[in-house]
Amino acid sequence: MVDAVRSALSLLEGLRAAEPGEFTRRAFENGRIDLTEAEGLADLIEAETESQRRAALALAEGGLKTQIDEWQTRLLTLSAEAELAIDYDENDLATDPALARECEALAGELREWLERPRIEPLKDGVRVVIAGPPNVGKSSLINAITGTERAIVSGVPGTTRDHIDVSLSLAGVPILLTDTAGLRDAQDQVEAIGVARAAALVEAADVLVWLGEASRAPEHPRLISVHPKADLPERRKPPAGSLPVSSMTGDGVSPLLERIDALARSLLPAEGAIALNRRQAEQIGESAEALGAAAAASDCVLVAESLRQARSAFDRLTGRAGVEDVLDALFHRFCLGK
Amino acid sequence: MFDVLVIGAGHAGCEAAAAAARRGARVGLLTFRVEDAGQMSCNPSIGGVGKGHLVRELDVFDGLMARAADRAAIHRRMLNRSKGPAVWGPRVQADRQLYQGAIAALLRENGVRIVIAEALRLIVRGGRVAGVETSSGVVLCRALVVATGTFLDARMFIGGEVFEGGRSGERASTALAQQIREVGLGQGRLKTGTPPRLDGRTIDWSRLEGQPSDSHGWTMSALDDRAGQPQLSCAIVRTNARGHDIIRANFDRSPLFAGAIGGRGPRYCPSIEDKVKRFPERDSHQIFLEPEGLNDFVVYPNGISTSLPVDVQVRFVRSLDGLERVEIVRPGYAVEYEFVDPRQLNATLEVRELPGLFLAGQINGTTGYEEAAAQGLAAGLNAASRALDLREVRFDRRTSYIGVMVDDLTLQGVTEPYRMMTARAEFRLSLRADNATTRLGEAALEAGCVGQRRQMQIENHFALRSSKAWASTDEGRADALYAPYIQRQQREWEVVRRDSRVWLPAGLNFGDIPGLSNEMVERLRLARPETLSQASRVPGVTPAALSALYVAASRPVAS
Repeated sequence: MVDAVRSALSLLEGLRAAEPGEFTRRAFENGRIDLTEAEGLADLIEAETESQRRAALALAEGGLKTQIDEWQTRLLTLSAEAELAIDYDENDLATDPALARECEALAGELREWLERPRIEPLKDGVRVVIAGPPNVGKSSLINAITGTERAIVSGVPGTTRDHIDVSLSLAGVPILLTDTAGLRDAQDQVEAIGVARAAALVEAADVLVWLGEASRAPEHPRLISVHPKADLPERRKPPAGSLPVSSMTGDGVSPLLERIDALARSLLPAEGAIALNRRQAEQIGESAEALGAAAAASDCVLVAESLRQARSAFDRLTGRAGVEDVLDALFHRFCLGK
Repeated sequence: MFDVLVIGAGHAGCEAAAAAARRGARVGLLTFRVEDAGQMSCNPSIGGVGKGHLVRELDVFDGLMARAADRAAIHRRMLNRSKGPAVWGPRVQADRQLYQGAIAALLRENGVRIVIAEALRLIVRGGRVAGVETSSGVVLCRALVVATGTFLDARMFIGGEVFEGGRSGERASTALAQQIREVGLGQGRLKTGTPPRLDGRTIDWSRLEGQPSDSHGWTMSALDDRAGQPQLSCAIVRTNARGHDIIRANFDRSPLFAGAIGGRGPRYCPSIEDKVKRFPERDSHQIFLEPEGLNDFVVYPNGISTSLPVDVQVRFVRSLDGLERVEIVRPGYAVEYEFVDPRQLNATLEVRELPGLFLAGQINGTTGYEEAAAQGLAAGLNAASRALDLREVRFDRRTSYIGVMVDDLTLQGVTEPYRMMTARAEFRLSLRADNATTRLGEAALEAGCVGQRRQMQIENHFALRSSKAWASTDEGRADALYAPYIQRQQREWEVVRRDSRVWLPAGLNFGDIPGLSNEMVERLRLARPETLSQASRVPGVTPAALSALYVAASRPVAS
């Protein structure tokens, strides 16, 4: 049906399908929107869940821009003070302690923002990684959760050699569920690569579901220790702190999902709150670092230089400098002609 | 027939004439009076923070200012010494007579011919400047440098009195101003001011805080031209509430506040009445009392330029501690003058629409001897290239303060008198007063504008740089201190360099670019940036406008 309409339209003179990103690009070219707003729009287009849509809307409506404007104004004032000390200091003092304190205060505020939930878990899904020693039933658990035979299950240890990703939505929360190779000393080279990847995935996990002995679980801030195969007679009694789950009967799967959901939500920005994306966080992080350096510098030339770096990080954020970088990064993301 | 003719023998004109001559041009320097060459019409000092950098830079090209300052120095001070070496500002106070004598001698050495006359009209033939009609006949030239300073249609104000003239007791170039306006170069008026000069014999120095000359043996010029003059002490005095009251009571008699002066003055060098009015919370301002010469009792009180009536000036200076019986030798005054929009110049300081015509110095909206001299150098070197078909000499903002200034002037224009400040140089850590030879030595040699002595000094410097001993030199130590920061900056340079490769086509019509507001179109039209990087430095150009420009520039041209 869609194809039929498209081919009918293509016969009309002067009509063609929009290039990917063309409409947004035009709005940007025509000066209708600024860079952070355009990014919000890009997120909006890509939004798949309601919470994604709201976060993108906050960005597109210029919420971040207002905050950045405020920071930039403060930074400019700090810079001006540092420059004054260089070009107009009749008493020739090395540094100004009050200026250092103000730099530190602003750095602290930026760092606080960096601690806040980011947009990526919302956009790409919260990374929930299922890990444990071989043959404890990781793949079976994935299948029990998704209700499909996505992962190949066998009694042979080491069956899952590479990881398997499954996207799903848990009560509106986007989740990227990852099955990993069992963590053990691998028997062959291919499996060894899988094991190494699994270790990296555990490291990068937002939420870690561990199916091995609780005492041997990797350190992780959001760890759920699962006692699998709880239907087997010899495994009826779960150790303290472990959640009994049976992929065979489905017992314990719902409580597990609830735990995952609760932890995943803590990583998501509040509804309608401004959440930073990776690019934005990087620049704000650089600015915070430069401000920290400014606060610690023992010479006002270096204070001023650090403040200049902090400013140029913001410039990159809003698109004032390094125009090409910013635009390239942005326009690569438009994959649809909306 | 001269290759290069220069109008005006101030700091810009003298440097321009000498620079063109060093490149082999036959040069004439046109001035009202022979004794005007190298006159310090305002404070008797050369250098300072940012300004000292300019002097060191023009010294690398064998310019006059640094050597003349060394020969005439009667007090030396390295400003900002407690801060990092990137912002140290070498500053000397020069004996006026000795300084003028030194400049005159250097002009002679460079083979510049002085022509005494008033310039009346530019002669334009075939769209190019061909000479000047003067009060004593026509003088032809291949390239012309106009360096008339504040003399273009200048007016001086003291209280309610208004005089024509660009400097106390001197004439203004009214006829020339008229023509500059006719060819569409005039932009507006700026003002500047100068303090009353005091009779040092009537000051009680014993009650003032002295400021001795530096004991460190630094020089302005890399060629040590110190003449071993005796070093004098300056003194510091502070204004007080009594003095501020006197000024406040007479605000209505100031031509500034009464509206007689329309031109804009420098925010960073306000008159004393401005300071009192704008900063009422400050009950005291610092004044430096600077002797004008070894055999001269005149003292320059730095920090109290004013255009108040003479009787107010007298009462005010006598309110200062230690100056109760002081006599004023010459009252302070404000001067308002015409300037040209420097956005009409290209980076060689040549007027875009009138080949062969170069403008340098205060006429371009700058303030300060050093700013003027540095432009004089740039204009002189390039006037010689125009006349003799030599390579152009362009200054880059990444390697020199001169480059920063020329780029700022020609791209951004001025709204107030432009003064060099280190804050204007984003690559400040690399642009130090101590490494001018390193930064510009090669360019100076390539420009073919240096004498043998200088050439040896530059070559020796590069030899020392590549030796083991380098690390223990002051410059080597400063290099090491800033190295990590400079590495980081280098990455930023890359971005600038990349954006400078995005060329905005010459025929680009800004009005046709979607998304540019009328205001942006106007700003861009005036500045005519050649690259995206330049456009990013045009003031008021927003990120959105830059993006639109970028998109327009990188979009394939419609066939």
